[in-house]
Amino acid sequence: MDYTANNYDIVVVGAGHAGIEAGLAGARLGCKTVIFTINLDWVGNIACNPSIGGTSKGHLVREIDALGGEMAKAADKNTLQSRMLNLGKGPAVHSPRAQIDRRAYTADMKHRLETQENLDLIQAEITGISRTEDGLWQLATRLKTLYTARCVILATGTFLAGKVHVGDVSYASGPDGMFPANDLADSLRELGLPMRRFKTGTPCRVNRLSIDTSKTEPQEGDEKVARFSFEKDIPIKNNALCYITYTNERTKEVVKKNLHRSPLYSGLIDGVGPRYCPSFEDKIVRFADKERHQVFIEPCGENTEELYLQGLSSSLPEEVQLEFLRTVPGLENCRVMRIGYAIEYDCVDPLVLKPTLEFQDFPCLFGAGQFNGSSGYEEAAAQGLVAGINAVARIKGREPLILDRASSYIGTLIDDLVTKGCSDPYRMMTSRSEYRLILRQDNADRRLTPEGYRLGLISEERYSAFEEKVRLIEVERKRVAETIIRPSQALNDLLVSRETSPISTGICLEELLRRPQVDYECLAPFDPQRPDISPEVSEQVEIDIKYEGYIKRQQAQIDEMRRLEVKTLSENLDYSLISGLRREAREKLQKIRPANVGQASRISGVSPADITVMLIWLEKEGKNADN
Amino acid sequence: MSDSRTIAAIATAQAPGGIGIVRLSGPNALQIAGKVFSAASAAKLIKSPGYRAHFGKVVKGEETVDEAVCLVFRAPHSYTGEDTAEIYCHGGLYVTGKVLQTVLEAGAQPAEAGEFTKRAFLNGKLSLDRAEAVMSLVEAQGEQAARAALSALEGNLAKKIKEETSLLIKAVAGISAKIDFPDDEVEQIADEELLSILRGVSERLKKLLETFDAGQVITRGAKTVIAGRPNVGKSTLMNLLTGYERSIVTEYPGTTRDVIEETITLGGLTLRLADTAGLRETDDPVEGIGVELALKKIKNADLVLAVFDGSDVLTAEDKILLEACAGKPSIAIINKTDLPRTLDKEYIAGISDEVVEISAAQGEGVETLAGAVSRALGVDGFDPSSAMLANARQRNCCVNAVTLTDEAISGLESGLTLDAVQISCEEAADCLLELTGEKAMSAVVDEIFSSFCVGK
Repeated sequence: MDYTANNYDIVVVGAGHAGIEAGLAGARLGCKTVIFTINLDWVGNIACNPSIGGTSKGHLVREIDALGGEMAKAADKNTLQSRMLNLGKGPAVHSPRAQIDRRAYTADMKHRLETQENLDLIQAEITGISRTEDGLWQLATRLKTLYTARCVILATGTFLAGKVHVGDVSYASGPDGMFPANDLADSLRELGLPMRRFKTGTPCRVNRLSIDTSKTEPQEGDEKVARFSFEKDIPIKNNALCYITYTNERTKEVVKKNLHRSPLYSGLIDGVGPRYCPSFEDKIVRFADKERHQVFIEPCGENTEELYLQGLSSSLPEEVQLEFLRTVPGLENCRVMRIGYAIEYDCVDPLVLKPTLEFQDFPCLFGAGQFNGSSGYEEAAAQGLVAGINAVARIKGREPLILDRASSYIGTLIDDLVTKGCSDPYRMMTSRSEYRLILRQDNADRRLTPEGYRLGLISEERYSAFEEKVRLIEVERKRVAETIIRPSQALNDLLVSRETSPISTGICLEELLRRPQVDYECLAPFDPQRPDISPEVSEQVEIDIKYEGYIKRQQAQIDEMRRLEVKTLSENLDYSLISGLRREAREKLQKIRPANVGQASRISGVSPADITVMLIWLEKEGKNADN
Repeated sequence: MSDSRTIAAIATAQAPGGIGIVRLSGPNALQIAGKVFSAASAAKLIKSPGYRAHFGKVVKGEETVDEAVCLVFRAPHSYTGEDTAEIYCHGGLYVTGKVLQTVLEAGAQPAEAGEFTKRAFLNGKLSLDRAEAVMSLVEAQGEQAARAALSALEGNLAKKIKEETSLLIKAVAGISAKIDFPDDEVEQIADEELLSILRGVSERLKKLLETFDAGQVITRGAKTVIAGRPNVGKSTLMNLLTGYERSIVTEYPGTTRDVIEETITLGGLTLRLADTAGLRETDDPVEGIGVELALKKIKNADLVLAVFDGSDVLTAEDKILLEACAGKPSIAIINKTDLPRTLDKEYIAGISDEVVEISAAQGEGVETLAGAVSRALGVDGFDPSSAMLANARQRNCCVNAVTLTDEAISGLESGLTLDAVQISCEEAADCLLELTGEKAMSAVVDEIFSSFCVGK
């Protein structure tokens, strides 16, 4: 006998990184929300690399925090080792990364969800979804319990019709030995969603006590911790070690002679894997000339001896994985605790989503994370946050949150997914953003915190601290522009030692700071009026000055881009009415239904001529409307 | 896009030609053409299938304007993608102009600059760089220009630009690999390799820019002044040149009533002879307009043909003319080789790089003069089939790409951080992409089309 257990505003399916942010945002913005998970003990599972952040992903985490999301705080709290990548390559690409205590992270996240007002966290497998007569969504669990929801956010990760492959063995399964969500996959296909199959993989985990770290290069965290959250009261641990070792010709031989036993090459796997995170056997095939491959050995937690072997993701048979591992220096006698595997899963073609992450054809149904074709915890969390915010907007009749490409990596990620789509799991990269000198991790708060505050996800207290920071930046920026530094022997000695020319007359502090060889810190002795400001403030001043030319140029491009971005296109626009569009463009536009001309211009297959046609058409329509 | 207006214009260049074409395009093209064109077969144009030629005459009321052929194209199988009629009449500006006038009176709207090509472009019939190449083709008056325009149409410029773009993209990707995979042992591009790629791109783009001036001379023709004191034989030379390829010589009024410009081709190059009316009437422009004004005209010309009398001694006036020509494309022409030589040729050769001896009266030395003109204009080694920038917009994109590439180079050399260097490279690539129209926005498109010549 079916029974309806509860009615919610928002139901989130899945408690991974996307589901967490979606559920928290929904509940925090005042909607009665529930998150369903197949296994309550692995909320926010760090299923692969035990690390958060890295190039561009670190940017995403900082942006999530600036908007009022949770990932950054939990990551800071459960950090084992902290690094800032790309120091020396310029502030735009500095990227924080942290090794994370996996078990502690998941317990912490679970507790954060448990203590959130308006939010329920329930262990149950959702097996079906359907539309009720009164326009609600109805969800059924394995136990035939029913729930209704005004909005549903699908964040199913690799659980959806999950299938694990190791050698020629394969079986239906979610990640880490959890149940897959097979019935839900059938239900979604029945609903008519354009589903497809992607795959990803993970390497072996080995016992620390069985490896010889003396044959590896240990790697410590940075002296100065790089935190994710702009809230600085979270103490950060930074004492764990990682290790680096390398594969060799023998490793290669083992893989090559067993390639035919890989499900990737024997044709057992249909799913498309990520180009940017290939399996080890993939690397051997594609980079045949490369003599060695780096293996990055990462700790999985403080209370476990389990180590993660980054770079050796594999779905070769168990005995082959063991054989090639033993050729690697330091791993000769390793004891494997979990074998590497590939996992195939169902996901949706994101081109059918709006920039709000709501389905075009299914009102109040949203997708987030791997379900939308992305890969990565950070990418998932970013989408979850946006989907959660927009589900609330849908319910409360508010303006949706659409972040454009110039606002954030989050906006870039979502625009890429819903406009260009993806043919393999989408991973964020700094090079995907054309405005990256402005979209830095250091200024994520300046870019997004006002938006987070407007939405109601940033507290008054935090917002006033933010406003004070912005004020201090402006005051110091002005002072630096007005301060004249007089020449002195000591200053000229410093300048010469830094291989830049000495000064003979007074020079504006700003001009001096513009020199690539000079930094704010080193000028302290010559700048007696300098106020006592935090490094976060002086960093903003310094970057603003040093990269002013580039920043101005990018700002001009952003203004140009936004001119097309404000030319909105109706959701129901019938593109067959616009004569002059080429057929390919018309078909693409009809499918993707861009929100504005800017988005339309980024669709592959829509040419500048098509955009001109649309602009002329819009102008004509506008004139007609005026008449 | 389909426009409700039917437009018409002269599709052939506003210059010489045996045949003039008036083109109509738009929903009522055949109806309007039918009003003014009477087919000998009595066929109705409105019922004519596409790709059909009709012989007949253009009529204006009772009056027959000209005998003509009318070609019918049915949408979308026409240049513009719309219904199109082309009326081929007997060249000459007067007749062609009258046919156009008749068509306009019958209900067609005059085409805006470049509107046919704009419609073709908007209907997906032409890519942007091909559209621009068509414009060059229409403008091209000499053989070389026609060949240069054809090669751009076939995508030589696009190919060249794509090569450089892909190198820049390779550089950007090289930097990206360093940035996005800092811990990985990816094949990273070394700074030196990066620098050498960027330097190569910058160098080749600068070369391409150099061809722009030569290209301009070829597509637009060189503004040429024939100078010399009275009775050295300027008008004889003029008649010789204009008569040399009579079929393509015409004259048409310029913007000022008094100025007549005559276009001739010499060795495949187009020369635009200014002030030829003055030359003809008085054979004495220097005296007529004063030395100062003559010198100013010489200064503004692309090419000066300085004529001297070989049978006379060099006068002070001759020497002033020689000095004025120094340092600019010019040819010292020693005329009257059929008479005994008294002129000091050595003196002239000491100042002028190109000295040619002719007998304008006997028609001797024109071939030699053609070679000298080509050398003086710097187009003798010019390969018209090579990639060439066709207009100011293309040149501008290329200049910007060079500036940004050089910015990346100096950034790398001075230790600027990679994030900024990468942006410069990427924007340089964008400039080149814009050149082939791949990123062009509506403002760019409008600008291109407003600079199009009316007609094609």
